[in-house]
Amino acid sequence: QQIQEDLNKQLLDNLVSFLSRSHSDFQEKTTKWTCRMKFREIPTAAVVLGVNVTDHDLTFRGLSDVLQDNITPYVALLEAKDCPAIKNLMQKLMGQLMNCDIEVDSLEDEDCVQVPQNRIRCSMLSLISWYESVTKKTDSGTPSKKRNSSSRHWQSPPVVVIFKDMESFTTKVLQDFIVISSQHIHELPLVLIFGIATSPMIIHRLLPHSVSSLLCIELFQSLSCKEHLSTIIDKLLLTSLFPFKLGEKVLQVLINIFLYHDFSVQNFIKGFQLCIVEHFYSQPLSVLCCHLVDLKKRVYSLSHAQCENIRRLPSFRRYVEKQESGKQIELLTNDSFLKKETERLLEDLYVYHENYVSILRCLHVFTSSLPKYPLGKQIRELHCACLENQVWETEEYESSLQLARMLNKTDLVSMLQQCVEILTSSSGKEFDKTVEKLKEFLTQFQNLEAEASQERDVSVSSQKELQKKTDLYHLQKTLLELKESRRSKKLTKFEMLRFEVVDYIDRLVRKYLVPADNRTLHEIVYFNAATVLRGHLNAAPRTALHTALNNPHRYLKNQALKCDGGGISNKAPDICIVYKLHLECGRLINLVDWLEAFSTVVMAGEEPNADAASSDQVDDIIHARFIRAVSELELLGFIKPSKQKTDHVARLTWGGC
Amino acid sequence: MPNLEHPAYPAADLLHLESLVPCRESQVSMLLSIFGERQQFSFPSIFIYGHTSSGKTYVMQTLLTTLQLPHVFVNCVEYFTSRLLLEEILIQLQSCSGSEQTSAVHCDSLNDFVRLFKQALAARELQDQTLYIVLDRAEQLREMEANILPAFLRLQELTDRNVTVVLLSEIVWELFRPNIGCFEPFTMYFPDYSIGHLQKILSQNHPPDYSADFYSAYINILLGVFYMVCRDLKELRHLAALNFAKYCEPVVRGEANERDTRKLWKNIEPHLKKAMQTVYLREISSSQWERLQHDGGEPGQLKGLSAHTHVELPYYSKFLLIAAYLASYNPVRTDKRFFLKHHGKIRKTNFLKKHEKTSNHLLGPKPFPLDRLLAILYSIVDNRVAPTANIFSQITSLVTLQLLSIVGQNDQLDGPRYKCTVSLDFIRAIAR
Repeated sequence: QQIQEDLNKQLLDNLVSFLSRSHSDFQEKTTKWTCRMKFREIPTAAVVLGVNVTDHDLTFRGLSDVLQDNITPYVALLEAKDCPAIKNLMQKLMGQLMNCDIEVDSLEDEDCVQVPQNRIRCSMLSLISWYESVTKKTDSGTPSKKRNSSSRHWQSPPVVVIFKDMESFTTKVLQDFIVISSQHIHELPLVLIFGIATSPMIIHRLLPHSVSSLLCIELFQSLSCKEHLSTIIDKLLLTSLFPFKLGEKVLQVLINIFLYHDFSVQNFIKGFQLCIVEHFYSQPLSVLCCHLVDLKKRVYSLSHAQCENIRRLPSFRRYVEKQESGKQIELLTNDSFLKKETERLLEDLYVYHENYVSILRCLHVFTSSLPKYPLGKQIRELHCACLENQVWETEEYESSLQLARMLNKTDLVSMLQQCVEILTSSSGKEFDKTVEKLKEFLTQFQNLEAEASQERDVSVSSQKELQKKTDLYHLQKTLLELKESRRSKKLTKFEMLRFEVVDYIDRLVRKYLVPADNRTLHEIVYFNAATVLRGHLNAAPRTALHTALNNPHRYLKNQALKCDGGGISNKAPDICIVYKLHLECGRLINLVDWLEAFSTVVMAGEEPNADAASSDQVDDIIHARFIRAVSELELLGFIKPSKQKTDHVARLTWGGC
Repeated sequence: MPNLEHPAYPAADLLHLESLVPCRESQVSMLLSIFGERQQFSFPSIFIYGHTSSGKTYVMQTLLTTLQLPHVFVNCVEYFTSRLLLEEILIQLQSCSGSEQTSAVHCDSLNDFVRLFKQALAARELQDQTLYIVLDRAEQLREMEANILPAFLRLQELTDRNVTVVLLSEIVWELFRPNIGCFEPFTMYFPDYSIGHLQKILSQNHPPDYSADFYSAYINILLGVFYMVCRDLKELRHLAALNFAKYCEPVVRGEANERDTRKLWKNIEPHLKKAMQTVYLREISSSQWERLQHDGGEPGQLKGLSAHTHVELPYYSKFLLIAAYLASYNPVRTDKRFFLKHHGKIRKTNFLKKHEKTSNHLLGPKPFPLDRLLAILYSIVDNRVAPTANIFSQITSLVTLQLLSIVGQNDQLDGPRYKCTVSLDFIRAIAR
């Protein structure tokens, strides 16, 4: 669907902008190095990217695009799997560099010299001569055409070689390459970029000192993937721009996969896209999940069956039951009235989202600075908590309010200011009053400050008294007295105000952060089938195989196969029988015994009058079937022939699975 | 000091040569006497070895160029296959001969090489002067085809021309000798430079703004600090260039004159020690170091490479890695005792455990099968873990990150065996 395409595009845009931001400082430095090349050192950037290897591809592609646009047309991306030896590495490098050059040329002037790829001598020397010819050509080329390109690029643009996965390169290849290129650094301005997934120590482990001394390494740390995730969530989920929303459990599943398994933002986005597809596929009413502008048209084009679908939604039924009887009948029978009502409800839902997001951010401002983070440090945790149930009923919320009542003034004021900013930036109209109220609080605080300065004078004088008394006993006594008096004293104005503020926030939360499940028609925009998603994303090959072999009914959908408990039915496919029999055996399985067991199981269903004379004949067929099943098992990796004992196979799965 | 004397070459050239190669006079005169006069046939192959940066390449190059002997200079690391190497030699030969059109040479075997080599020599009209082929980093030759090294050693015989092959290497000849036997080259050893030599060589290229004495005093200090850890001439030169600006600082500011070595020494000494900890180990790059000097800031703000040892891992990857570590360093028979709830006899084995622990860490990691890893994982993770594809893919991604390594992957069915390659400190950092 169209919305989905929009979303994908938006996602990519987000990512690219994100990447360009994180690498902008990096480029500046690259350009700086190119001027200062002494001592035969190759300028090198070590980019530490974290362990989410699947994301790196995108990062590097973005990086090389940016580099190509801004600094140099000569960028080569090398992967470890392409370069098992120095020869392959050089071939790959030359191919990429010369190709990209040809592309650039063909854009500018058509008659460029096409070098037949296979005849190129792959050595550094030919690379250098190529580089010289290219740079010369750019210099002597028609200035009017080349003006814009040379202003973008440098006079002698550096050649950037990116090693995508430093860890997987073999030591020798890297060493040789570095040694070779260091000898030619004067003729060929080379810049290396290492993509490192673990820690920069790997450089020392891979390269001996004599080689690493040829490098001039600078380190860059990319943002951690957790931060990356929060920005993604921030931009995708916590906006009112996208009508599609994730339910609490689904979000939890996605985040769990991210945190527990792979740290891969890419996979997170894929999961998110899967949710979208699943939602639009399974929910017939998802047509209505669209932007507010299109809503009216779509609601009016609903068919009768779709209206019936709406009536069947549980949240809508709850809503109907609350209405008075006349309206109930109207809603249940009159389609056009229903449509009007639906539209109103959906608009309500939209407004609710807008308010929800801004208030959620406000609450996050408060809770994120509290000690021990009772409601979570990240906004996503807060979001999950709010989606799950009514947040003000949880213990964590209580404790966080308790803590908020003990905040000092400067923090409180800054928080209030942040809240005002968030609320004014949001588009909801209802917040005008709220903003006013918050601003009122702020002015009150400022007034308090003036009063407080007077009070402080008093307290200072009392402290001076304290300082006079050096006697420890007296000191303790006075301190105790002070404390007593403070407790007995009525709450100061500041404390009163603080209570007021917290109460107000509390009221806001109660009003706006109602979990989405309670809203009418939430099914249309929320995707909540967590189990489906988990089934799709958390593949479990071992369990699937086991169930398939143990319980063929599950996949074959054949009534005859439905078995009861532990018995082995003879109608099951041969491989299932063999598998079940093999489960009963130990580490080494005697083939003859196995065959005998197999034939008894198969024969069990046959007529008992099969006499000894004909059994020979049957045995052949059974034997063949058995051998086929066993070899299938071997193919699946459950058994293998063993050398310890003849006529035995070794079991490879451990335990009882 | 042995002065270079040779009847075949003009004395001026020899003097010039002598000034260019300090502390290597004896080796040069030795080489010269082997080379003999231009037309004389020399030894077919010469093998020169010595430690890193003992001036082998430099001496050879200056010797051949100053005396204008016809030669070809090839680095064997750069031309990594025999074909590339042979073609490169031929190309250099052709380009030397002055004929502009260097046609693309195709030389696939040694046979071709000999033929083309003769042609190229004929084209050059050397009047039977000895041609020198210098192969730098000759240890790479051993990894090429088996016939390359013996053929180069007796190239004179094969081509029947006046040619001498010089092999430069860092390792001794005994490691070269192929088992099929070959022509023994004349071997020659370049000893390491002594501290005096280093001092002399380094002081030679002093910057023009300062006097030679001043610079040699600086070199003296530098060597005093670094000689203990580093005798590499290149590295020392690099360090000298990096830190000289700092050394000059008091002089520039006028606080001390060039003679005031003691004061200068006090100024530079802590600085050099810092440099030894950072720049020498390439913890921070030299450009960063220069910027640091320029700003005069604290090096604390610039964290070195090894400072970033912390690695972020997903939740289960951490547990997988810990499980792998346990599987690598604990013997199999203790598994039952450590990871089962009801194990019983602890007292008896208490003594044994202590004894094993030390030895296991000294022995290094042992390989373990996949199933054992998973079993330990299940027992150390609190809640249930489903054996999903995610877990398995994490194991392989740990292998690509070189935190685990796979051992003996000859049989796909044979249940892969792994080894844990990370250290105890790393595991401690993760387990926190």
